[in-house]
Amino acid sequence: MRSAGGGAQQFQSAQLGLRGSNLTERPGRTDPFEDSLKTECSYNAITMGTTAQNKLSSERPVISSRGLTKRFASQLAVDGVDFDIFPGRCFGFVGPNGAGKTTTLRMAMGLTPLSGGTLSVFGLPVSDHASAIRARVGIVPQADNLDPDFTVEENLRVYASFFGLSRRQAAPRIETLLKFASLSDRRHARTDTLSGGMQRRLTIARALINDPDLVVLDEPTTGLDPQARHVIWERLTELKLRGKTLLLTTHYMEEAERLCDELLIMDRGRILDQGSPRQLIERHVEPEVIEIRGEGGAAIQQLADGLGCRLEHLGTCLYCYTRQPADLIAALKDAHGLTFLHRPTSLEDVFLRLTGRELRD
Amino acid sequence: MALWRIPRARVGALAVWRRNVLVWRKLIVPAVLMNFGEPTLYLLGLGFGLGHFVGEMSGMSYLAFLASGIIASSAMTTSSFEGMYSVFTRMVPQKTYEAILATPLEVDDILAGEMLWCATKSVFSGIAILAVAAILGVVQGWSALWVIPVVFIIGLCFAGPAMIMSALAYNYDFFNYYTVLVITPMFILCGVFYPIDTLPQAMQDFVQFLPLTHAVVLTRALVAGVELTQPVLHLAVLLFYAALGYYVAVVLVRKKLRV
Repeated sequence: MRSAGGGAQQFQSAQLGLRGSNLTERPGRTDPFEDSLKTECSYNAITMGTTAQNKLSSERPVISSRGLTKRFASQLAVDGVDFDIFPGRCFGFVGPNGAGKTTTLRMAMGLTPLSGGTLSVFGLPVSDHASAIRARVGIVPQADNLDPDFTVEENLRVYASFFGLSRRQAAPRIETLLKFASLSDRRHARTDTLSGGMQRRLTIARALINDPDLVVLDEPTTGLDPQARHVIWERLTELKLRGKTLLLTTHYMEEAERLCDELLIMDRGRILDQGSPRQLIERHVEPEVIEIRGEGGAAIQQLADGLGCRLEHLGTCLYCYTRQPADLIAALKDAHGLTFLHRPTSLEDVFLRLTGRELRD
Repeated sequence: MALWRIPRARVGALAVWRRNVLVWRKLIVPAVLMNFGEPTLYLLGLGFGLGHFVGEMSGMSYLAFLASGIIASSAMTTSSFEGMYSVFTRMVPQKTYEAILATPLEVDDILAGEMLWCATKSVFSGIAILAVAAILGVVQGWSALWVIPVVFIIGLCFAGPAMIMSALAYNYDFFNYYTVLVITPMFILCGVFYPIDTLPQAMQDFVQFLPLTHAVVLTRALVAGVELTQPVLHLAVLLFYAALGYYVAVVLVRKKLRV
């Protein structure tokens, strides 16, 4: 039933094996943190049999935050947040608009100062090492900010120069990234002639020009059509398989469930809960839900209540969360004027339960 | 990170400068046309037209007087407009700074690169005017080429305050204040069109605080071959405005972008 969660588990084991080999293929790096990562990764690849919790505690987090706080004028945007993000995994921040997700990312990248707490990335405190940290991070902003004065290829080349890469160093990377983004045949196109999906792919490719260890994506697929979103998801999965640590924010639960190994649900600057998609579903909602629409549902509601369902209303729709749906379904099949949908619960149900169903903004 | 920290620009500033050069190269035809067209118009129109009635000014032909002053005022306007309209475009609507700040570069590096670029554009305009003036026969000799590094410093001097305006601006109309209240008065008052000793004494004292006055003294001496007194003082005034402008602009842009 929980195919998404199971899939994520499988990805993880495949990815750990790959990551070990990927890192050892890059002997040129002598960064001490990278080295310690390498040892820990191969250690973990061997001891994969242990529980996830043990695995986590033996690794050094890529990002670690304690009591992280951000205050804007009178408003607390981030209110004492603790989290650790471990290497080689996809970590997701989910939450409604104004939850504090983007602000947290911006603090982690040294783009806005902290109001309180501690925050370190790659083991370095952000406040003193923002520039060194960003040299090893790829950032995909919420809204594309490609350079409209340049072509696709020039965008990558100029961006490489900001990381101190020479034209010669950048050239092979640009070829690889154009292929990765499926933009090789549009290399001489101006960016304003690209579709939304192409611009997004170029923005992601641009964020990879420095071969980052950590890729931070702020709502990577907002505003894209389903085809374009699937391409982005595929590319992000590819990155994860290559051992990159991904950190993304989203308010699409489907995206979070598909991509993320670990999720952090935020609302009003606080963390509501944290765990794998599967853990969160098990923790907060019953395994199945029946959505009932239509007039004259009062009798059904009484019945569902009697059967021990947990009920929630949204407009004319009744949500019955349950472990044993059989009796209710039988009753619904005989009822007239009602339509119903029986499905396994998803992250969306968890999200709505934790953050409420009322409108935001 | 701290807002008021003394800026330290690193070699990455050159990458920002190079980005702007690349964009400029794409628009080179209108850019060069502008560089030559405007000063030619001024020199021919005012230099010959007005010069016909004026005759000599400060012991030189009016054309020579004007050409050696326009080099400074043109460096001022070129750098100022780049520092306002273009910098604002990259900083706000185009979000180029947001993209650059996602790399190891800091606001300090970006603005240093922008300032170098503003000064570079001043040099382009300076070279164009010098060429036109030379063709018209009002340049004193090869040593007039020393004006080019001076024009670069004049560019730096005006880039800082212009970038401050960009940091304070909420839209393009805001720049009208600076243009009308600062740029135009300097253009009129600082000795480009007539020697400042014809001004009332109070005005003469006042314009000593304006950087264009010092810029004009330098360019006039170098281009028209007048004796130069106190070159260090004049350069120091320009460099003081450059450094102060850069520092304040960095602090304001940090404040603007880091919320």
